[in-house]
Amino acid sequence: MPFRVDPTFYPSPRMAIEAPPERIAYVTAPSAEAVLGKKGAVPDALAVVDLDPGSPTYSQIIALPEVPNLGDELHHSGWNACSASLCPYAPHPHVERRYLLLPGLRSSRIYVFDTKPDPRNPKLVHTVEASEIAARSGYSRPHTLHCGPDGIYVCTLGAPNGEGPGGIFVMDCETFEVRGRWELDRGSQFLHYDFWWHLGYDTLISSEWGTPNMIEAGVNPELLLGKKYGHKLHIWDLRKRRHLQELDLGDEHQMALELRPAHNPTKAYGFVNSVVSVKDLSSSIWLWYRDGERFALRKVIEIPAEPASEADLPPLLKGFKAVPPLVTDINLSLDDRFLYVACWGTGELRQYDVSDPHQPKHTGVVQLGGIVRRAGHPRSGGPLTGAPQMVEVSRDGRRVYFTGALYTTWDDQFYPDGVKGWMVKVHANPQGGLALDPDFYVDFGPRRAHQVRLEGGDASSDSFCYP
Amino acid sequence: MSASWPWLTLALLGAYHGVNPGMGWLFAVALGLQEQSGRAVLRALLPIAIGHAAAIGLTVGLLAAGRASVPLDALAWITTALLVGFGLFKLIRPRHPRWVGMRVGAKDLVLWSFLMATAHGAGLMLLPVFLLGEDNPAPCHGASCHQAAGLSLNSVWSYLAAISLHTLAMLGTAALVAMVVYYKVGLSVLRRAWFDLDRIWALALILAGILGLVLRAS
Repeated sequence: MPFRVDPTFYPSPRMAIEAPPERIAYVTAPSAEAVLGKKGAVPDALAVVDLDPGSPTYSQIIALPEVPNLGDELHHSGWNACSASLCPYAPHPHVERRYLLLPGLRSSRIYVFDTKPDPRNPKLVHTVEASEIAARSGYSRPHTLHCGPDGIYVCTLGAPNGEGPGGIFVMDCETFEVRGRWELDRGSQFLHYDFWWHLGYDTLISSEWGTPNMIEAGVNPELLLGKKYGHKLHIWDLRKRRHLQELDLGDEHQMALELRPAHNPTKAYGFVNSVVSVKDLSSSIWLWYRDGERFALRKVIEIPAEPASEADLPPLLKGFKAVPPLVTDINLSLDDRFLYVACWGTGELRQYDVSDPHQPKHTGVVQLGGIVRRAGHPRSGGPLTGAPQMVEVSRDGRRVYFTGALYTTWDDQFYPDGVKGWMVKVHANPQGGLALDPDFYVDFGPRRAHQVRLEGGDASSDSFCYP
Repeated sequence: MSASWPWLTLALLGAYHGVNPGMGWLFAVALGLQEQSGRAVLRALLPIAIGHAAAIGLTVGLLAAGRASVPLDALAWITTALLVGFGLFKLIRPRHPRWVGMRVGAKDLVLWSFLMATAHGAGLMLLPVFLLGEDNPAPCHGASCHQAAGLSLNSVWSYLAAISLHTLAMLGTAALVAMVVYYKVGLSVLRRAWFDLDRIWALALILAGILGLVLRAS
């Protein structure tokens, strides 16, 4: 047990920006064959990627510990503890950022990897079984997790039978014991996807995708055109664990996913992406912000669909003669200045200057993969399947990493030839502008690649109680 | 031994409690930063001190109740056992504060501070002083001479005076640290200078328990 505060904990985002550059990434690597019951199934794994440009194994997977089961569908990941441990009302001087938790989105297990003593070779040390999560919280399909001031908050998509409601449960950050369901009063909330918070305002925000039964077999066109997927945000009192308000994007804006609140705890605004509009296949980014004592919501970015020939489109999209941008992930730099937007349909990573969050300016773009474009990487040896999906930004905001796979059954609907697992790196100009790194390309072999976590923390791993 | 030693000890322990970020100065700084106001830092400290005093008062009150029903020797042993046991417990299984919330009013801060001081055994740590300071007949010199109680801790008024002294020392120290951090050194000091005070604190509890017995015997 260390006697000093964990050196990767920073009181404020301003200080975290000064952190040393990351040297390794932890990337979830699910095996599609295991989920789809095809030949060649292997267990999912945690890929450790060397990010140190001075290392002989730069841009390679240096360790690939597997989990002991098949078909978990490792997806997101998160730390047991982070800078939120420095929050003044519940200081935890003895905890450390050490354990990486990997929820299996299909199996509902949570694997706990120990990144010490050897960060380059993490070891599986604990497994939380689906039955424990179900018994203690009534939830299933754990998705995103955040290290909070008083424990680990994990959100889930639904109940063990695949229906709703989805919600949040809390775990102990050292024993990984499931403490129970977080909500005391869920109000009108039923669907769930992501959550995060404004710690300075005791406010939690949650978003909506669909119940497990609505998503596990693939996107359901009937549900989509019937506008049945989620399209609302929910505002909660973080302290009283009660639902306060819902914000509706409008039901044509299907699937309100990633929530990226301002990192500065004195600011109470943030961004959420809607994947697709059933009106015109566009994607949109919405800003939530405090308006008096309530929150308000408005669309600040709209990305239109691109016309395409029917022959180039998968069966699901042929009738539309257009490729939707399918914005499936966004990420906000720690200085709250740049918003990164992954267009998983058209194959673009976009950068917006959101210094004025109400007036985003489009400042950069990198094109890679895409349903129609299939733009290759200098080191990919030809066209790429998949497209920018999970995005992660380094603490100093200079480097952006992304992977190309979304979710097994959905991958195969939009990319019927299959999605290769890959990870690339982009250099971000501090004044705006993006450039693809031609030397960094990681091939995940038989597995796909999903969320990227950077050593010591990144732009979506930590939350802060001080400005 | 000088007759003022229990009072000096209570004041020093007050300063020690004041320095601990978990006892409130850090919360006050955070609230000031959130409101971007140095006055908000000071405004938060008063309710924090009141909550601290209440926690001490509760423990000392229990001690007084114990005195009425348990022989003094037995009480000394019980106090030591409690202190050593609680200290060891905190060493072996550090607990996590479960409070969540930055939007706090004065009432919340009193409650928060009361809970934090109680959970840390802040009052417990002072018990040996109250036990040992009881029969402390003061050589009474002129103006510094307190009317009835002298400097002995043997009446309600002397208890209240002792708790007030401890709390004032705690408040003064917390205010000093909070002001220096808010206006001068900034929060980066947390990264450099925030040791795991909880473990030192646990050791202090154990030490207080043992010293209480040893000094009593001598």
